[in-house]
Amino acid sequence: MNENPFTLEGKTILITGGAGGIGSEVAKVCAQSGARVVLTDIREDVLQEVLASLPAVGCGEHLAVKADLTRAEELQALVDACPALDGFVCNAGVMKLTLTQFITEEELTRIQRINLNAPILLTRTLLKKKKISKGGSIVFTASAAGVYRVSLGNAIYATTKCGIDAFMRTVALEFGPKGIRCNSVNPGMVETALIGGFTEEEKAREMQNYPLRRFAKPLDIALGIVYLLSDASSFVTGTALKIDGGMTLS
Amino acid sequence: MNLEEFIQNFAEQFDDTDASEFKAGTVFHELPEYSSLIALSIIAMIDEEYDVTLKGDDMKSAVTIEDLFNIVKSKQ
Repeated sequence: MNENPFTLEGKTILITGGAGGIGSEVAKVCAQSGARVVLTDIREDVLQEVLASLPAVGCGEHLAVKADLTRAEELQALVDACPALDGFVCNAGVMKLTLTQFITEEELTRIQRINLNAPILLTRTLLKKKKISKGGSIVFTASAAGVYRVSLGNAIYATTKCGIDAFMRTVALEFGPKGIRCNSVNPGMVETALIGGFTEEEKAREMQNYPLRRFAKPLDIALGIVYLLSDASSFVTGTALKIDGGMTLS
Repeated sequence: MNLEEFIQNFAEQFDDTDASEFKAGTVFHELPEYSSLIALSIIAMIDEEYDVTLKGDDMKSAVTIEDLFNIVKSKQ
């Protein structure tokens, strides 16, 4: 084992949602830890900015591939563009708060396709095409929502994250014998654009539920993901790692 | 359907076994990597590629890859 088991030196990591709050931070920390990253997102301009900000590494050029993962042909093109991977961070997702009686089929379908179908179909294609090398690690950005607790107005998002949790554990079971691990990180509130839908008052009230008295920074989540990508977590698979400042304790 | 292509699709369900190990007469149950999980992958591959739904018993009764090919062919 490498002197530092937490290093990602020599690894190639695919990150979806690479232009987003958590995804861009994951890309940064992965590159700082020595990994070559392949970034994808639907927002090309931000994607290119993130790509340009990454420190160079010894194991190849970082790549950015714009893709709308809800479109089969773009998902396939991304997989075709991917080199052999040692890690896959399935992170892209959206959230919209809606009270149950106001859920529309359109909104339900849209969020499911982004948060649940696309991750499942992309994982399937990568595994089927044997793009993830033996010893590889898959990490989903799930959530404390759904898996550990539910909250008002968050039914659709929480439901999709529960789906990701079940999928993550199934992949861990099926691909363990092939030497591929699969885990998730489960954040509570993270200071990103995703929680822009909450008012300041709601956020202040919500923070009372956090024993550490703050929300997560994207870096808090990225460091958990890097642990799960690294050889330091070689015997960890099927785990939903809460990174929530103690929010789910009470 | 073609035997060569069937053998290739069969081989793709394995990760560690060398491609040269897969021939028409290969007794696949004896391959060290063969497992119940791989058997499920083969059944799923046959369903996807050949539109034939096999049962566990079909996998058991086939000795060689060609036997399995013939079972699939007979059900098409």
